[in-house]
Amino acid sequence: MNVFESSLPTRRRFLGGVGMLGATAAAFPASAGGLVDLGLPGGPSRRDLTTAFPQKGQMILQRTRPALLETPFEVFDRGVFTPNEQFFVRWHWSVIPQRIDVAAFRVTVRGHVNNTLSLSMVDLLAMPRVELAAVNQCSGNSRGFFQPRVPGGQWANGAMGNARWTGVRLREVLDRAGVKPGAVAVRFDGLDQPVVDGAPDFIKSVGIDHARDGELMLAFQMNGEQLPLLNGFPLRLVVPGWYSTYWVKMLNDIEVLAAPDENFWMKTAYRIPDNPRADVRPGESGVKTVPINRMVPRSFFTNVTNGTVVSSGANIAIRGIAFGGDCGVSQVEVSADGGRNWQKSDLGRDEGTYSFRQWSARVATPNAGKFVLQVRCTNTKGAVQPAAPNWNGGGYMRNVIESVELTAA
Amino acid sequence: MSVSPSAVTRATRPASVLLAALAVIAALSARTSLAEQPGPDANLPTVEGGGVTLHSVSVDLPDGDRTFAGGQAADPINNNCLACHSAGMILTQPRLSEVEWRAIVDKMRHTYKAPVATEDAPAIVDYLATMNFGK
Repeated sequence: MNVFESSLPTRRRFLGGVGMLGATAAAFPASAGGLVDLGLPGGPSRRDLTTAFPQKGQMILQRTRPALLETPFEVFDRGVFTPNEQFFVRWHWSVIPQRIDVAAFRVTVRGHVNNTLSLSMVDLLAMPRVELAAVNQCSGNSRGFFQPRVPGGQWANGAMGNARWTGVRLREVLDRAGVKPGAVAVRFDGLDQPVVDGAPDFIKSVGIDHARDGELMLAFQMNGEQLPLLNGFPLRLVVPGWYSTYWVKMLNDIEVLAAPDENFWMKTAYRIPDNPRADVRPGESGVKTVPINRMVPRSFFTNVTNGTVVSSGANIAIRGIAFGGDCGVSQVEVSADGGRNWQKSDLGRDEGTYSFRQWSARVATPNAGKFVLQVRCTNTKGAVQPAAPNWNGGGYMRNVIESVELTAA
Repeated sequence: MSVSPSAVTRATRPASVLLAALAVIAALSARTSLAEQPGPDANLPTVEGGGVTLHSVSVDLPDGDRTFAGGQAADPINNNCLACHSAGMILTQPRLSEVEWRAIVDKMRHTYKAPVATEDAPAIVDYLATMNFGK
């Protein structure tokens, strides 16, 4: 059986693949409408499944306005790229244009540059084109699992997705404007706006060298199609290997700065403790912070979940996805004995440094009873997922080793 | 569906700010049908280049119509807190202490400029701290 491809609905394939007697798939929802239980410690854990959003299929409803839509986790078992219609959605402010004239749209490049530019989509379509596969993950993905709990978007693990992004290099656009000496950063603004005057418009910036590194891009397609409006049509920034907060949607303004960015969304919001795991003790004060930046390695089971029933005394096929964070996946390992011993998994096709990577393994199941599997990813820089979760007040950068409790029967 | 104007037009906040917010929300929810997912709009142009065609888009984003239960006790939160975001923002939060909720309401008012009258804030904090969000 080829574990990496299937056109069958997930539930049926998942039953056949592991020889199960009857899945109790507690965390995976029924396929039509209804509710899902995200398994968040202390709750509230139940969410509606919704198909009410334009250009979107079934999504987990976290908030209607402005939309916070989580990808149902079974989607990640269907392929290494996340379909546009089930790609997660996250907006900060609810004044979001609902009608976009793609011929009239312009993106301005201004500030500490030689020439101010006003680029149309036709201009961008005529420029040298690049394509890159990259994971887009919310800074607060998995926040709902933090203990103690923290306020914010109460995601399970589905505020992430992988796509092939097509567009132009940011560097190309900046070079056309001509960045003047003394430039320190580039700031990005989209069409969305706050409801109330005086509230901070959502804008983000990166350092000038980062902006010009050749990997950041202005994307007008994801997975070969134009961006859904809710994922930033007609244009969004792609910052490979960095959290999604930087991936500004409906990008219409690029400002080159000659001084550090003091705006709220860099200076106060989206900041992490200044240590490699963004980890502090709950209640710790006086912690130095920095803007959130690079992603860290993660891995997940996608064909089993808590409560899945599997054949006892058998060799079963287990699979999932992994990503290296700000670099590639070196290896993915599975443990069936609480992390004392780890077996290497087989890795699927390498779609690129910043992409999801599928993994699969055959695991020997015990005789009847519950048992726990764990999966961990080591990235190409040698960073490995930790056994203990991090904690910070913002609920950011979770990447603890994931576990599932299965029942052998 | 939009927030009902009669439920939120109260004397306890700057009317001009809230009316402006309501006008924006009303404009955004002018169309009532959610049955269609129009996507590309035939009346707006497309652009093409290098083998890619981009189609203009016109959609109708849902507003969210949930309100908080509790009759009069829920008036302050219903009247103040749904201008910028739907109820799901709050209903999905974990159990937080009164101190934590007060900090959040302060952030809403001072950082995000929520037009909450000072005299309404304690009742909102109280509601949030005692609300049972269910499972």
